[in-house]
Amino acid sequence: MINLARRDIAHHLKSYLLTGLGLGLLIGVTLTMAGVYRGMVDDAKVLLRAVDADVWVVQQDTLGPFAEPSSVPDDLYRALLGLPGVAQAGNVAYLTMQVSHAGQSQRVMVAGFEPGKPGGPAFLVAGRPIARAHYEAVADAKTGLRVGDVVRIRRNDYTVVGLTRRMVSSNGDPMLFIPLKDAQEAQFLKDNDAIVEDRQRLAANPAINRPGQPGVLDAVQAIQASSHKVNAVLLRLQPGVDARAVADTIARWQRFTAYTRDDMEEILVAKLIATAAKQIGLFLVILAVVSAAIVAFIIYTMTLGKIKEIAVLKLIGTRNRTIAAMIVQEALGLGVIGFFVGKFAATLWAPAFPKYVLLETGDAGRAFVLTLVVCALASVLAIRAALRIDPAEAIGG
Amino acid sequence: MEHRAVSFINRRNLLLVAGFMVFAAAFFWLLATRGPLAPVGVEQAAVTRADLHPGVYGIGTVEAQHAYSVGPIQAGRLLRVMVDQGDRVEAGQVLAEIDPVDLRQRADAAMSAAARARQAAAAAQAQVAEADSRTRLAQANLARYEVLYRQNFVAKEMVDSRLHEAAAAEAALAAARANAAAALREIGRADAERQGIDQLRNSLRLLSPIKGVVTAREAEPGTTVVAGQAVLRLADPAHLWVRARVDQARAQAIRVGQAADIAMRSAPGKALPGKVARIELQSDAVTEERIVDVAFDPIPDRLYLGELAEVTLHLPGTRNALTVPRAAIGLRNDRTGVWQAVDGRARFKPVQFGVQTADRAQVVSGLAEGEHVIVYSARQLDDGMRVREQQLTAR
Repeated sequence: MINLARRDIAHHLKSYLLTGLGLGLLIGVTLTMAGVYRGMVDDAKVLLRAVDADVWVVQQDTLGPFAEPSSVPDDLYRALLGLPGVAQAGNVAYLTMQVSHAGQSQRVMVAGFEPGKPGGPAFLVAGRPIARAHYEAVADAKTGLRVGDVVRIRRNDYTVVGLTRRMVSSNGDPMLFIPLKDAQEAQFLKDNDAIVEDRQRLAANPAINRPGQPGVLDAVQAIQASSHKVNAVLLRLQPGVDARAVADTIARWQRFTAYTRDDMEEILVAKLIATAAKQIGLFLVILAVVSAAIVAFIIYTMTLGKIKEIAVLKLIGTRNRTIAAMIVQEALGLGVIGFFVGKFAATLWAPAFPKYVLLETGDAGRAFVLTLVVCALASVLAIRAALRIDPAEAIGG
Repeated sequence: MEHRAVSFINRRNLLLVAGFMVFAAAFFWLLATRGPLAPVGVEQAAVTRADLHPGVYGIGTVEAQHAYSVGPIQAGRLLRVMVDQGDRVEAGQVLAEIDPVDLRQRADAAMSAAARARQAAAAAQAQVAEADSRTRLAQANLARYEVLYRQNFVAKEMVDSRLHEAAAAEAALAAARANAAAALREIGRADAERQGIDQLRNSLRLLSPIKGVVTAREAEPGTTVVAGQAVLRLADPAHLWVRARVDQARAQAIRVGQAADIAMRSAPGKALPGKVARIELQSDAVTEERIVDVAFDPIPDRLYLGELAEVTLHLPGTRNALTVPRAAIGLRNDRTGVWQAVDGRARFKPVQFGVQTADRAQVVSGLAEGEHVIVYSARQLDDGMRVREQQLTAR
């Protein structure tokens, strides 16, 4: 019994391989799209994983600090540390801004944290952790910064002392970690012109600048220029303590809103990137359906292109089962070639994307099964067409 | 059969097989290096001995050790301001004057009051002399009439009358003397009042309490200033220091006398020598910073008050200590330690750390010299994760 499929493929090897390659690129695009979707969801969660906080305390009735602005006093952590079950508390401030280096500015999320407390980078790929209390930074490698580079944030220059990786905001902006006090200043400090103008405005206000009370104006100006606010307080709990219970206690008695890690994930994934993720998700579904349809059509037309050969086969008495096996084998072969080329291509070009593309093994497995199922279904259509071919066509035409 | 065998090893099939093998190899290489099967890339370093020179970093502003605000002790209008910002002044030098308004007239009035008091005193003295003379006359008359009465030349009634005259004259003398004393006291009062007004006039001249420099001129002639409001601010340029704020968490080992480097914001690359002159007892409770005054040693020629300065305090170090790079310090279940690659898998080893500098940390216990620790990793490590040594960033 000779293998008809192998013979047929060997006969049209070049066109068969090229068809497989084309299919592969299409499958690669679909896989990449799935990777983009997964990467987007992963971007939203990566910060949560990195800071490894059990409870996030934010301003009352806000979805802070990422989905909504949130501002809490920076001495709140003292009260929180006193709660039973709380092991560590860290103030954090987040602000998305443009920072400039060597004449080029780029969008980053600046994260202020206190060294040794929750909120900092979890690991480094180069350099050292922040050692000084001011003007040092650890950057995500995606910023393109290198150890020793100097970036300007507002009015101060920061030296990059360390690099980390995969630290992005939920929008995919790379992060830049700086000491908390600097971040507070960067967040709340106005530019110099605004400060001077505000001073003049205050000095012109007779209620504040009263004759005979020269100290009042200075005091008001000092209050305006200083900030003791942070965006959130991160808590790590002692082992075995229920985060939900601690969060409820904080919400009830401290009058702040507290989220557990699961709540936060829900906010980031279901609220912050919901629309964008749905957009990508819908596109992914359409792309998958279109890809499946194209795969089916290619296999169908490939079979129809062999009408004459099949007619000859029928004429010489080949059994239907043999012809069907040939078509199924060719279709599955195309599917396998296409999948591996696609996976290869997707893995190859995924790191070149500006945002993170996460190619999950599970997705690849599902794509493989789906490809084979689509190929099998398409070959069923093709077999039906092939079996209806009249052997007489081999002689006619 | 012959034909098939030949066709099977022809060039095309060879190419095909070779191409397939190249593809398969590339595919698995890609999966193994970039895909999910790849072990986490790490960079390791050995535990080595080194001298550690830890430092604490703080920022502060250049301030005067003592700042002087010179102002009036009571409300008034500024008449003259003699010095301007940047002027050097001597101790006792007149810096500004407050308008005395009617003080001079009041002084004149006090002066004439004093003169009048003296004249009144002279008049009182003259009255004393007159009363004295009257008394002596009355006593002489009394003595004379007493003799005549004893020889029965005059009646008793005449003697009594002379007696009364003498007593009245004595009383008048006492009254005149009391008046004279009161007039003398009035002189003292008038003099004191005059002196008080002079003192007030002196206080209207604002004098420099020190030899120093004027740092601010806060009011101009014609301005009405209230008691205690600063007209001029002075500082002693020989006693300027940096009032630096240091995170309380790192301030433990700071002592008076430790050496420090001071980098001014205007010259960030140049470190000026200094030393810790005072650690303030009162820390900032809101910002959780200890305030350390760092004196310049020696003091530079030109300093600007209020300029931002970065201060690095040199703490006592340790020599020949067992150290690891500080980036290697990890935290797991609230315990410090390091990650190590054991048989290609990441393992956490609890380590106690001592003195830390920016780059290195002293190992107190938990590691031996020559052991390797993971310094950098491409991902967050977890126990048992497969790791492989590779260069993570371009050097």
